[in-house]
Amino acid sequence: MNWLLPGGVSTFAGDIDRLYYVILGITGAAFVIVEVALIWFLIKYRARPGRKAYYTHGSVKAEVIWTTVPAVVVVMIGILSGGVWNQIRGRDSVPPGALPLAVHAKQFEWLVTYPGPDGQLGTDDDFERRNDLRLPVDTPMVIALTSEDVIHSFFIPEFRVKQDVVPGMTIRAWFEATATGEYSLACAELCGNGHTTMGGTVTVLSLDEYTQWLADPSRTVASR
Amino acid sequence: MATMAATIDHAHAHVDDRSFLRKYIFSTDHKIIGIQFLMLSLLFLLIGGLLAMMMRWELGFPTQPMPGGTLLPETMAPGGILLPEFYNSLVTMHGTFMVFFAIMPLLVGVFANYLIPLKLGAPDMAFPRLNMASFWIAVPAGVLMLAGFFVEGGAAGAGWTSYAPLSANAEYSGVSLGQELWCLSLVVLGLSSILGATNYITTVINMRAPGMTWFRMPLSIWSLFITAILTLLAIPILSGAAIMLLFDQTIGTTFFLPAEGGQPLLWQHLFWFFGHPEVYILILPAMGMVSDIIANGARKPIFGYHSMVYAIIGIGFLGWIVWGHHMFQSGMNPTLGTTFMISTMLIAVPSAIKTFNWLGTLWRGNIRLHVPMLHACAFVAMFVIGGLSGVYMASTPVDIYIHDTYFIVAHLHYVLFGGSLFALFGAITFWYPKMFGRMMNPLLGKAHFWLTFLFYNLTFFPMHELGLQGHMRRIYDPTQYAFLQHLQPLNEFITLSAFLLFAVQLIFAVNFIMSWWNGKKASPNPWEDTGLEWSTPSPPPHGNWPETPTVHHAPYEFSSPLVQEDYLMQNRKVEGAPAAAASRTE
Repeated sequence: MNWLLPGGVSTFAGDIDRLYYVILGITGAAFVIVEVALIWFLIKYRARPGRKAYYTHGSVKAEVIWTTVPAVVVVMIGILSGGVWNQIRGRDSVPPGALPLAVHAKQFEWLVTYPGPDGQLGTDDDFERRNDLRLPVDTPMVIALTSEDVIHSFFIPEFRVKQDVVPGMTIRAWFEATATGEYSLACAELCGNGHTTMGGTVTVLSLDEYTQWLADPSRTVASR
Repeated sequence: MATMAATIDHAHAHVDDRSFLRKYIFSTDHKIIGIQFLMLSLLFLLIGGLLAMMMRWELGFPTQPMPGGTLLPETMAPGGILLPEFYNSLVTMHGTFMVFFAIMPLLVGVFANYLIPLKLGAPDMAFPRLNMASFWIAVPAGVLMLAGFFVEGGAAGAGWTSYAPLSANAEYSGVSLGQELWCLSLVVLGLSSILGATNYITTVINMRAPGMTWFRMPLSIWSLFITAILTLLAIPILSGAAIMLLFDQTIGTTFFLPAEGGQPLLWQHLFWFFGHPEVYILILPAMGMVSDIIANGARKPIFGYHSMVYAIIGIGFLGWIVWGHHMFQSGMNPTLGTTFMISTMLIAVPSAIKTFNWLGTLWRGNIRLHVPMLHACAFVAMFVIGGLSGVYMASTPVDIYIHDTYFIVAHLHYVLFGGSLFALFGAITFWYPKMFGRMMNPLLGKAHFWLTFLFYNLTFFPMHELGLQGHMRRIYDPTQYAFLQHLQPLNEFITLSAFLLFAVQLIFAVNFIMSWWNGKKASPNPWEDTGLEWSTPSPPPHGNWPETPTVHHAPYEFSSPLVQEDYLMQNRKVEGAPAAAASRTE
């Protein structure tokens, strides 16, 4: 059993993973305590002829302890989580100057709209690619997610990005990739008979390569 | 003992002149109705399991012909290879059958019916005819749901959660009639649940025997009572939402279709506003029955009985304010995410109280590891895993990554199978002698327990790893994704374990059926328990007791110093005993 997460490649992947390991440590300890106590009691207090069990209805002190300790621990996890969540999804979390992209999901493909040389979406030089998401490294990106038909979910495992794409809504998701390379884009919400085929490639380029791609998408850009 | 048997024979002499049809088919006797629910829901448990086996074949050996698959029609598996659309139906119907037609009726239909009057000292339910109606309405609901597989377009395929718009428009899913049958069936089943819940609540409030005060009720009854309240309040929401969805599908409304002003997230809010209380409907009765069994096995009163009651009530209440944790990634306002995270985290508190009190009950006990006790302890061990893995999803940022992956599949099976189903195996074995007058075979019971425990963990524990590697749920062919290919050996391993897990259930089936005519005859109180139901013959006659019993003690007076034996039945009067001794807390 491998409890490690695969390597994260975005600025907030580290925070999410750290939180995961904190929870792994706390729940792991709770797991061991409870299971060891359970097995130990089952062995130690197994029935023996001529013995009676200790007659008790409980202890107020014990109840207070095992009510407050878990309460404090989970509230602590909640506060830690709330901070990271705010940083990723909070009202002002999208970094200023993030580069825009639009991704339109439909059964069963991802249509990516690039802003073209002018860097602006909604102008004449925009162009579209199917299942082919390219973006620059170390640059915050903000993606406008829309759907044609049903709910899809925009999932890039290595970036720790997952956002449902809901028809009738435009949902903004942002992230900043920290290493060049090729990654997978998947759909994480059951979206129909072709759901399993709804994948794409994510190529993280250097900023120069990305600028070239925006200027002239017909040129083959080296991807690693 | 001899005098006790004689009294019981005398009780049997009471004349029962009901016809076969009124006695066993259209019966108003809560015990028969409980047993009818037992047969019906075990059948659906089997069907749900079979569907899961087909899913596991596809996940372990994607797009390879399934052994025996050629028996299925071309529309499901041409040449034995499962079609993606059939796979989606399998995913949907497995979840639907297990949640609505197996676990929920097993816990509530069977045990609320069987136990509430018997444990409270009532002759029957408050409304016996409503009770009969609740069973005979559940039957057509099941038929409607099954019918999906035999209609054009196949069974519903939008997941058991039926997210709109996929579920709302046949253009998107390719399923029209099947999706409509899904809605219709749940509306019909909902009626059955509401009738049942009304009955349970009324019976608990009004029909307790003299001396059966609220805080002398066994925890099984407390949890079934709170569950009935949750059912009564939650099911109408599902029914309403299902009717809206049905209208979207059939008469052109657009509640959930955004093109004409509808809102897909509305479905999710409605579904989960029902769905989260539903989750507790599926676990609270299991917790209650496990408490009864653990006290019996440990030969000790439940540790912190009052805290246990308040924890049940607490979980029941918190269940209403956490539904948004299913929707962290849905596009719902992220600020709400934080609110729902905090309320969700708080559920860990009553869950921890319950777990530690079970441990406290075992502490310094004189533990008899009979088959029901094995299952009850497995419940505690597995519920801990399911409960702790819930913390990962409750943490909103971690949920971004593991949402809709196999991590959640592992989590929910640790709660529903490791939790509820183990509790049910324990409960069925425990109350089988009362239901059928015979004991189940303990050797077969132990074999079934240990093999199930082993293969269950081999099946579901590795799913945590799948999820941590990003493996999405509900995908037909994981090998399509580069980042999942290295997980295929693990998927094969899980599939083989799942097949073995399914196969060993045969032991339970054989034991269940054979013990019916073959099992050792059960005495009235074979487990030496304290509950009222054990003071009447096994099985109890129509009307349960010749005279209404009177309750003198708290529910779990095991090893009480007042008596020689290590159990003091709730209705046994002890001369010279101080009345308040039973409810003392140290």
